[in-house]
Amino acid sequence: MTWRVSDKELEKLGKAAAKLKGVTGYAVAFGEVTLEAEAGAIVSVLTQLKDGAAFQFQQMIDLCGADYPTRAKRFDVVYHLLSMTKNRRVRVKVQTDEATPVPSVIPVYPVADWFEREAFDMYGVAFAGHPDLRRLLTDYGFEGYPLRKDFPMTGHVEVRYDDEQKRVVYEPVKAVEYRHWDFLSPWEGAEYAKPGEGYPYVIPGDDKAGKA
Amino acid sequence: MADDAQVLPTEDGKFTINFGPQHPAAHGVLRLVLELDGEIVERVDPHIGLLHRGTEKLIEYRPYLQNIGYFDRLDYVAPMNQEHAFVLAIEKLMNLVVPKRGQVIRVLYSEIGRILNHLLNVTTQAMDVGALTPPLWGFEEREKLMVFYERACGARMHANYFRPGGVRQDLPYALINDIDAWCDSFPGVLKDIEGLVTGNRIFKQRNVNIGVVSQQQALDWAFTGVMLRGSGVAWDLRRNQPYECYDDYEFDIPLGKNGDCYDRYLCRVEEMRQSIRIMKQCCEALRKSQGELVLSDDHKVAPPRRSEMKRSMEAMIHHFKLYTEGFHTPAGEVYAAIEAPKGEFGVYLVSDGTNRPYRCKIRAPGFPHLAAMDWMNRGHLLADVSAILGSLDIVFGEIDR
Repeated sequence: MTWRVSDKELEKLGKAAAKLKGVTGYAVAFGEVTLEAEAGAIVSVLTQLKDGAAFQFQQMIDLCGADYPTRAKRFDVVYHLLSMTKNRRVRVKVQTDEATPVPSVIPVYPVADWFEREAFDMYGVAFAGHPDLRRLLTDYGFEGYPLRKDFPMTGHVEVRYDDEQKRVVYEPVKAVEYRHWDFLSPWEGAEYAKPGEGYPYVIPGDDKAGKA
Repeated sequence: MADDAQVLPTEDGKFTINFGPQHPAAHGVLRLVLELDGEIVERVDPHIGLLHRGTEKLIEYRPYLQNIGYFDRLDYVAPMNQEHAFVLAIEKLMNLVVPKRGQVIRVLYSEIGRILNHLLNVTTQAMDVGALTPPLWGFEEREKLMVFYERACGARMHANYFRPGGVRQDLPYALINDIDAWCDSFPGVLKDIEGLVTGNRIFKQRNVNIGVVSQQQALDWAFTGVMLRGSGVAWDLRRNQPYECYDDYEFDIPLGKNGDCYDRYLCRVEEMRQSIRIMKQCCEALRKSQGELVLSDDHKVAPPRRSEMKRSMEAMIHHFKLYTEGFHTPAGEVYAAIEAPKGEFGVYLVSDGTNRPYRCKIRAPGFPHLAAMDWMNRGHLLADVSAILGSLDIVFGEIDR
């Protein structure tokens, strides 16, 4: 049982925030407020949310990426803010693609440093103005962006200790395709995962259609 | 690694050295690249990710129920607290109601997790500055707590006990009495440990006024939990945004004054006493609610009991569906957070309406804390690095994910 603020209060907060410059919309769902913002204006949006007397979001609790490959701007960058004085949380989302950097919010919330490095590491989202945008969690010399939906769960390389060379060697993954647990019932599950929306779901047997 | 081992000063007399990845005071696999001017730390560059297992990626490929186990393996010092955040997120998404007794058991085990964590941290922090006895005494009590874990779910650490809608199964009656009895004996042990550490001259010399964090810094760097309260910010999710049934219980929240390593230590010790208070109240509530449900009886989400399956075809079908396809969640996104022993542990869950999470971001409290290593250490001596690191309460399972 999570703590919940009434939807009325949240609507009020959402309406007030939607008036801010750079915010394009808001939604209240599951007892939470989500704001949509323009990527280019994120610094000013967060500054207003942090300093505005009606908001006072002192902390940026989390920053993360998310990948929706079917969209034109495939990435979301999601900011979770917390106000301790108002006791409210808010989520701010901006959209971007592989080529367009999102302005870094380090000047507003210094903690964004590592969070942005992580999002860059996992999704390849660039953050303009970040002083030190290196990879954070993956191996030295790692290639690719592992949390993108088109990155295979097995990865591309595997490591082992080679007894003859007396060192750890990197090799392409030899394993067969990783087990893909597909328990979606074709009767009810397929409606959620149509081909071309997220990942290609083909009802078993349909792949033979047309070949006969 | 012959090149790394050779530490030569640069032209201006400065050194760059590696602290870890294999160092007993690094609390796991952490590599710190330290830039030193003599013994004074000028820059710290933590290299993390040596324990990165791609948990978030793995979670995207599995049905919800199979993912609970991954949360034990994040902060493996207090496993059930992590599960708690995940199941709360699912419950928020599905609007599930947890039976009261299930809630009480969750609170009880979350507090056991808090003591497990603080015992480890407080005593190893003492070890980092040179004391060997406290960890030995502390680990004896941790062992007893792990037996309570084992008696509830069968595993000492990787519990996999919390479920969306409650907990896996009820506690045996004797266990509740034993936990209650332990709550009576533990304050004595805590007093002994405190007797070794709190007033100890060396411990104080190494921790008082070291790693001072101001209130503003704690807010800017998204500190949560003891790291925030140690600096005097009164904020505890159990009190300010009470989840589960925490608002039924009486407990106090200790605050630090100076924001240094020593205050954080004191906060943790006092939090253990408060956890004992909560646990006593939970045991009382559990004795009164004997025999009530601990898991939701909505069998679209929670499995039916085995005995029911022998009689009912419906139950059989539910069980089969649940353990093959799993359950579907409505599309949407939620963020659920709990007050884990280390701070705010949050789960941001995006669902596309299927039986698996579309995206699951794990917000580990240790991550922003470790990110602060650089400015916290600047100007301190090399020996203070391990004292500060110890007081941050770092576990790499959750930071690297």
